[in-house]
Amino acid sequence: MSSIMVSRVKQKQIAQLISSGKRLDGRGLTDYREVQLEDGVIERAEGSARVRLGKTEVMVGIKVEVGEPFPDVPNEGVLTVNAELVPLASPTFEPGPPDENSIELARIVDRGIRESKAVALEKLCVEPGKKVFIVFVDIYVLNHDGNLIDASAIAALAALLNTKMFNYEVKEGEVKIKPGYTPLPVRNYPIAVTFAKISDKLVVDPWLEEEQVMDARLTMTLEKDGKVCAVQKGGYGYFTMQQVSEATKIAREKTEELRKLVVKG
Amino acid sequence: MLQEKPRKLIDESGVRLDGRGLNELRPIKIEVGVLSNADGSAYIEQGKSKILAAVYGPKEVHPKHLALPDRALLRCRYHMAPFSVEERKSPAPSRREMELSKVIRESLEPSVFVEYYPRTSIDLFIEVLQADGGTRCSGITVASLALADAGIPMRDLVAACAAGKVEGRLVLDLTDFEDKGGEADVPLAWMPNLNAVTLLQMDGMLTIEEFEQVVNLALEGCKKTYQLQKEALKVKYVTVKEAVEE
Repeated sequence: MSSIMVSRVKQKQIAQLISSGKRLDGRGLTDYREVQLEDGVIERAEGSARVRLGKTEVMVGIKVEVGEPFPDVPNEGVLTVNAELVPLASPTFEPGPPDENSIELARIVDRGIRESKAVALEKLCVEPGKKVFIVFVDIYVLNHDGNLIDASAIAALAALLNTKMFNYEVKEGEVKIKPGYTPLPVRNYPIAVTFAKISDKLVVDPWLEEEQVMDARLTMTLEKDGKVCAVQKGGYGYFTMQQVSEATKIAREKTEELRKLVVKG
Repeated sequence: MLQEKPRKLIDESGVRLDGRGLNELRPIKIEVGVLSNADGSAYIEQGKSKILAAVYGPKEVHPKHLALPDRALLRCRYHMAPFSVEERKSPAPSRREMELSKVIRESLEPSVFVEYYPRTSIDLFIEVLQADGGTRCSGITVASLALADAGIPMRDLVAACAAGKVEGRLVLDLTDFEDKGGEADVPLAWMPNLNAVTLLQMDGMLTIEEFEQVVNLALEGCKKTYQLQKEALKVKYVTVKEAVEE
């Protein structure tokens, strides 16, 4: 992905402000942009959500289909996460097969959901070894203004919580749809917090121009009890051990804060 | 070559299936300068994992439009041979390999003075010939040596090692069995001279306290790996020096 041009003057300004504890858009170093969440935005999908994180906008649609299980786990449903960096979202996104950025995005979100065992896959088995439900989580980036990972993780979780599965019965080995719906069994709530390292300081929720200035990126995903379930470092720079440990502490606070927006009650 | 899945990965006295203690690395064998065509190359065996790395460059960039005006373009391909795993792996790059290529590149780039070679490319190829867990870490360890062997100016060597949690115990350098049967895996790459963590990933579930312990354990593994890297580099150049003097 080619990058957006940020002038030297602005790069310097962003970096200098951060070194004095401020940010160009007025936020504190550990403040998120405003999060807006709508769910059930696509009627045709079994579950869906649209998240706005400042100007970043991500939609997630969930489709549930009947298919074959993996041979090593014949009694479990299948979860697949895919991300599309849709060309309308940024001048730097191009049509074509998924590039490494979209694969990485999908795999970070996937890891959070999978490792926290958020979806009770063992309840999605229709006929062991033959038929199970496949849950397709499709991340659709609609506007790129930085921090796609956190926005996508929130949208994916909100969409899963919003997913209704059709009732069914098995007749002569065929799955027949019955009227009515049941919610998808979701039992954990992973939330991702992404840090950018700029001027040797950690900031959360970097927007696009900060992402152009940052040395490195670190994402930590925590589940509902505050356990870490996925971590990913990205970018060409590095973190010190002290920064990793600082990030863990901030991530704990921030994930709790964000989880309240997604999981109500 | 199907192996029976073992029931218990660690026994009561903390001995693992391959006889190692909890904080022990697998035996590591490293050789530098193993391929004659490459500008730099290295080979590593870490337990049953066998990995080759080669560096070509700095050289002209193809296609030309990818060239960067202010630094070298570092490209990395992590690839597994079809016969490297139990069930044949299709040689086409998988999503996992694409992600690993990216994180490995980003773990090595901080070590390279890319700004010395504008408008060139440095191409790095990592071929996993046999996989038994921890291949991204062994891959980074061996690739860093291949870069050094190519004579590319570097800030430090990058050493990598994973640690994790298996059957409730924190362990170093997981094998494939331990990774699949365990609770968590944390690969870490580290440049000792800069106190720089250049790769950090995790999957599984750990409390924050466990996570910090595992990171520190992985760090110890990196330190030991780093010593072995330096020895391996010396071996090659001492041999070269002796050959010249004769």
